[in-house]
Amino acid sequence: MKVKVISRSTDEFTRERSQDLQRVYHNYDPNLRPQEKAVEYVRALTAAKLEKIFARPFIGALDGHRDGISCMAKNPNYLKGFFSGSMDGDIRLWDIANRRTVCQYSGHQGAVRGLTVSTDGRILVSCGTDCTVKLWNVPVATLTDSDDSTDNSSEPLAVYVWKNSFWAVDHQWEGDLFATAGAQVDIWNHNRSQPINSFQWGTDTVISVRFNPAEPNVLATTASDRSITLYDLRMSSPARKVIMRTKSNSISWNPMEPMNFTAANEDCNCYSYDSRKLDEAKCVHMGHESAVMDIDYSPTGREFVTGSYDRTIRIFQYNGGRSREIYHTKRMQRVFCVKFSCDASYVISGSDDTNLRLWKAKASEQLGVLHPREQRKHAYHEAVKNRYKHLPEIKRIVRHRHLPKPIYKAASLRRTMMEAERRKAERRKAHSAPGSIVTEPVRKRRIIKEVE
Amino acid sequence: MGAKEENGDGGGIWPPIEQEISNELDTNVKKYLRGEGANLEILKDKKLKGQLALREELYGKSAKAAAKVEKWLMPSEGGYLEAEGVEKTWRIKQEAIAREVDILSSRNQYDIVLPELGPYTLDFTSSGRYMAAAGRKGHIAVVDMKNMNLIKEIQVRETVRDVVFLHNELFFAAAQKKYPYIYNRDGTELHCLKASLLEHGAVLKLQFLRNHFLLASINKFGQLRYQDVTMGEIVGNFRTGLGRTDVMRVNPFNGVVSLGHSGGTVTMWTPTTAAPLIKMLCHQGPVSALAFHPNGHLMATSGKECKIKIWDLRKYEVLQTLPGHAKTLDFSQKGLLAVGTGSFVQILGDFSGSHNYSRYMGHSMVKGYQIGKVSFRPYEDVLGIGHSMGWSSILVPGSGEPNFDSWVANPFETSKQRREKEVRSLLDKLPPETIMLNPSKIGTVREAKKKEKPTKQEREAEMEAAVEAVKGFVWKNKTKGRNKPSKKAKKKQELVAKAKRPFLDQQLKGEQSLSKKKQKLSEELELPASLQRFARKKPTA
Repeated sequence: MKVKVISRSTDEFTRERSQDLQRVYHNYDPNLRPQEKAVEYVRALTAAKLEKIFARPFIGALDGHRDGISCMAKNPNYLKGFFSGSMDGDIRLWDIANRRTVCQYSGHQGAVRGLTVSTDGRILVSCGTDCTVKLWNVPVATLTDSDDSTDNSSEPLAVYVWKNSFWAVDHQWEGDLFATAGAQVDIWNHNRSQPINSFQWGTDTVISVRFNPAEPNVLATTASDRSITLYDLRMSSPARKVIMRTKSNSISWNPMEPMNFTAANEDCNCYSYDSRKLDEAKCVHMGHESAVMDIDYSPTGREFVTGSYDRTIRIFQYNGGRSREIYHTKRMQRVFCVKFSCDASYVISGSDDTNLRLWKAKASEQLGVLHPREQRKHAYHEAVKNRYKHLPEIKRIVRHRHLPKPIYKAASLRRTMMEAERRKAERRKAHSAPGSIVTEPVRKRRIIKEVE
Repeated sequence: MGAKEENGDGGGIWPPIEQEISNELDTNVKKYLRGEGANLEILKDKKLKGQLALREELYGKSAKAAAKVEKWLMPSEGGYLEAEGVEKTWRIKQEAIAREVDILSSRNQYDIVLPELGPYTLDFTSSGRYMAAAGRKGHIAVVDMKNMNLIKEIQVRETVRDVVFLHNELFFAAAQKKYPYIYNRDGTELHCLKASLLEHGAVLKLQFLRNHFLLASINKFGQLRYQDVTMGEIVGNFRTGLGRTDVMRVNPFNGVVSLGHSGGTVTMWTPTTAAPLIKMLCHQGPVSALAFHPNGHLMATSGKECKIKIWDLRKYEVLQTLPGHAKTLDFSQKGLLAVGTGSFVQILGDFSGSHNYSRYMGHSMVKGYQIGKVSFRPYEDVLGIGHSMGWSSILVPGSGEPNFDSWVANPFETSKQRREKEVRSLLDKLPPETIMLNPSKIGTVREAKKKEKPTKQEREAEMEAAVEAVKGFVWKNKTKGRNKPSKKAKKKQELVAKAKRPFLDQQLKGEQSLSKKKQKLSEELELPASLQRFARKKPTA
């Protein structure tokens, strides 16, 4: 007879000293964990609810300006440095980490319309409605950390006066050129008081300009003749142009897929285009209830943030038709400019109520240094949520966003209108001769024509 | 070329031990894969297909890792009992086993004789560390089985019919003369579950659903009641309408409560439906005991007509019928089946791997002891027996799971770990709706119901079978000229025609409806879309 029975001595399975850690034994046998799928589902549900509980995206408001914020710029070389310009001509440099003004520039006579920083982060370029472009010296990063007195006396390095007022400015990603937008697109050099090159296509005002992150000589502009135009500095004339039904207020290139850009349009939508194929938008990002004023891509290229005239900020996936996140507060008025921070974890908005606001890019993200166990827990929650995201209960909780009443009402009204329009089109089609009415996809509907 | 062949040989012929190991790993991997992977070939969406293929690969990897952990990293090995020569395992006595095993294990063989306080019933915590024993005459005891400490012993001075631990050893519920009560470890009465119902009969049997925190009880009038022990609300209260019974077990695999009735039926209940999900006639006589295999695929029932049946719960079919009577049944973690009747316990085992239970061990108590309850102690090779003269414990090698998981049930749990686990299990408390026959259905897509129409061939084959059946009809000899061959032939023809008729009718109907559909379709096609709604009103010329 051979016999053996399970025999566990207590010494083997318990710790020797009270300072020791308790040993953990694992047995992954599925029979020991009945109903594991149900348990996982319940965990996913809890994770979804926890995400909602911890969704507190608003970090703080940065006040100091005396008029609405009209434009912002981020310092590509210094994570905490943010520039903002206001309607009364004031330009400020903010330390985002401490939420205070580091430096106040003397600024412009009228509104500051555009701000941009050179690639090395040393020179700030501003332009305004007073027909001037000003170059400013950015205080060295180490200095901004140490001294607490605001430097009010900083004078511009250079002032270039030109024929027309300006609407926007953008600096080349690599190189020392910058482009201003106004009556026409002007290309400037840091050292020369006159533009080195000018482009004009049509007579209307150009309202925004952005350089391509990968190809330093390519830039895109939007103009008040409802067009989006692509320029190449190596050519003498603009390259291509697409005309839409409403004008685009702003434009932003995807830094990770630099052939794609997204335009923030007056018709409440954003349109993502492939710059090689302008006859059709790649994706239409819907959700805002009023004109979209500004757009900025995250450095990861996976999402972008938009600010709108409807007093909300939304974050979209680069390929998502609906917004991932909606941010609003009671006191935030019309949003004129938004920026993603250079580490992709914060969003900064400037609005009509003279404040800059700092938001988290992921509403329920835990800030600060995480313990590895916390990280694993968050990863697990994310994974189970992702696994059961299609189940109705979880979908409902994850999708739900509380909206201010006016926006909620506007959204439902808009939905009704769209539905009515769709029904009408459907009926019209049904009552017409077959083939005489062709339904265009939304991606093409708002485009009038493409001009080479 | 030569090198290639050499390589091939090197891969093909493995040393026998490695071959064995790889085979074992393969079978283990199968266990951890939890069923077949999805069929990705039928998917048309390339992106989805790629994502799912990646996911499947991940599942495969994790299953392989788990199998390797099981193979190499487990701290202890399971027990066994092997006969040598002419020995038979079922003839081996407990005394013989006690001589062979270590002192620590031999301490698990004992009889506690408590003759006054009547037949005892037992319950173990999920970790197997603690045991609650309740005598019919009001004696309740909680025992720490590791160091054989009596933690608390109380006398409630009334009938106690059943005792069951709640989620940990701190709380237990006892079914007493009128109501069930909840006590804590110190013997303090915490709750008296006077259900706010008009007709409350005394509770006969209690079961606790650990994942759902539900206390299921069946009372004298055959009323099944689910009570949430965290919030106290009654989740379900159903009249079975099948008479008084005290045969109730929870299927640990899916949390479905099964009841065995005096009519020979076994019914399966969930707290969300008022009617049983399954009602199966298992025995000719009353059902006397029930037990479930921990993997949820096997059920053992015993009837008073002297039969023990093993059922496959995936097909609801009998796998095996054994002769014998059982007052109580229990499956161990490793799948051994204990059958208690009179003063004899028999252990059956499935050693062929094909669900063919044969006798493994036997143990007779002192003559006259009436066994009331057998229960395997989890994570130990021990069987607890509650009988009319106290309780006993015997060694059953190979019955328990040798390796515990600290996060699931830890026999060496400290109080801090217990507190932590209580919080976690409350966070993971399942809603009652998750109790269903197949719990892995959660989160899957319900398949679209297809109207199953038999194909033409099938229909023809069916018709032919019906005709053949009629042709085989045996003509009864008749008298008075009614036995003529012509009459026989005519009758046969009639019968064949009669058998064929329903099939032909069906066919005709199908053709008619098809032609109607076609006509309608062609009618609609002629009109423009906007006028289609007038199509019906058009008079047919």
